Amino acid sequence: MSDPKIDGFELKPGFRGMASDTGSDQTMFKGVHWGKAMMWIFLLSDTFVFSCFLIAYMKGRGSTPVEWPNPSEVFALEAFGVPVPLLLIALMTFVLITSSGTMALAVKYGYEKNRKMCGWLVLATAIGGLTFVGMQAYEWSKLIHEGVRPWENPFGAAQFGSFFFMITGFHGTHVSIGVIFLFIYAYKVFAGHYENGGKRGWFTTMKGDYVEIEILGLYWHFVDLVWVFIFAFFYLW
Amino acid sequence: MDDTNQINEKDKKPVESTHKIGIYLWIWGLLFVLSFFSYMVDWYQFQGMLRWSLILFFMFAKAGLIMAFFMHLFWERYALVNVLLWPMTAIACFVFLMAAEFQYTLFSRMFYFFVGGGA
Repeated sequence: MSDPKIDGFELKPGFRGMASDTGSDQTMFKGVHWGKAMMWIFLLSDTFVFSCFLIAYMKGRGSTPVEWPNPSEVFALEAFGVPVPLLLIALMTFVLITSSGTMALAVKYGYEKNRKMCGWLVLATAIGGLTFVGMQAYEWSKLIHEGVRPWENPFGAAQFGSFFFMITGFHGTHVSIGVIFLFIYAYKVFAGHYENGGKRGWFTTMKGDYVEIEILGLYWHFVDLVWVFIFAFFYLW
Repeated sequence: MDDTNQINEKDKKPVESTHKIGIYLWIWGLLFVLSFFSYMVDWYQFQGMLRWSLILFFMFAKAGLIMAFFMHLFWERYALVNVLLWPMTAIACFVFLMAAEFQYTLFSRMFYFFVGGGA
């Protein structure tokens, strides 16, 4: 897998290997599956999109003289009659990290060609993601009932709603797309599309391989990674 | 043909052996612990510099662990790592630019709200 020695492309470690990888003829990232390299490039561009949202949020929040709503009160949830700050958000974080862990193990078992374990773990990841989306739908409807709108809210600065819906909505879209793909890939793993040299690829006539599970894993971990930043900047700050 | 294929399969075997499950479980556990601590920052209502530095510390620790081990960047070739990480400096620059910008916007808003623009 992530080994410079892959497929006979011997690279020296460190910058020396990097120089021979980038400076030589025809291709870069020699021995890396094209889909994996492209997924990384996509994730880099997606990083810029999310960065722009979070930087816009920083500027919006920093430049308003009106007091910002206190997130630990806005996102508090009643548990057994007691308001617990950020309870739902903590649970969502827990669910997303759990699904990230099962995804990492799915990638590992995929490379070991353990079809059943890989399939079940991808399915578990999909269910974790679905749970997350469900909790986010609950959070949204709760806030909408309380009168939070993109242009106003009863808690403080009016910009709060627009940043909240934009950032968590874009993240939730990523999670939803990931869940759809996870279910498709769970089916593909169970159906044995990656067994014995690979049968069917995805959106391609090339043969499938368990490297696709790693590519899917990269996307899923990225979704978790973005949530780490949203959790820190939007909910805790 | 069959012979060469078999040799290739044998050669590939050690390359395709994966990392031990222990490392994933360790990172997984660490992520839970770090998330728990960052939640505790809010629970105990730390304020000011302490709050912000703790939030940032736990955030970067979690992000680093996810990228390094779950996304395999720690074991990845240098060319890929550098292509991914250097553009982050552009984001850091953008953050500093916009931080300066929002301070100026806030200042001018306060100035015109309270002092008035007419004078």
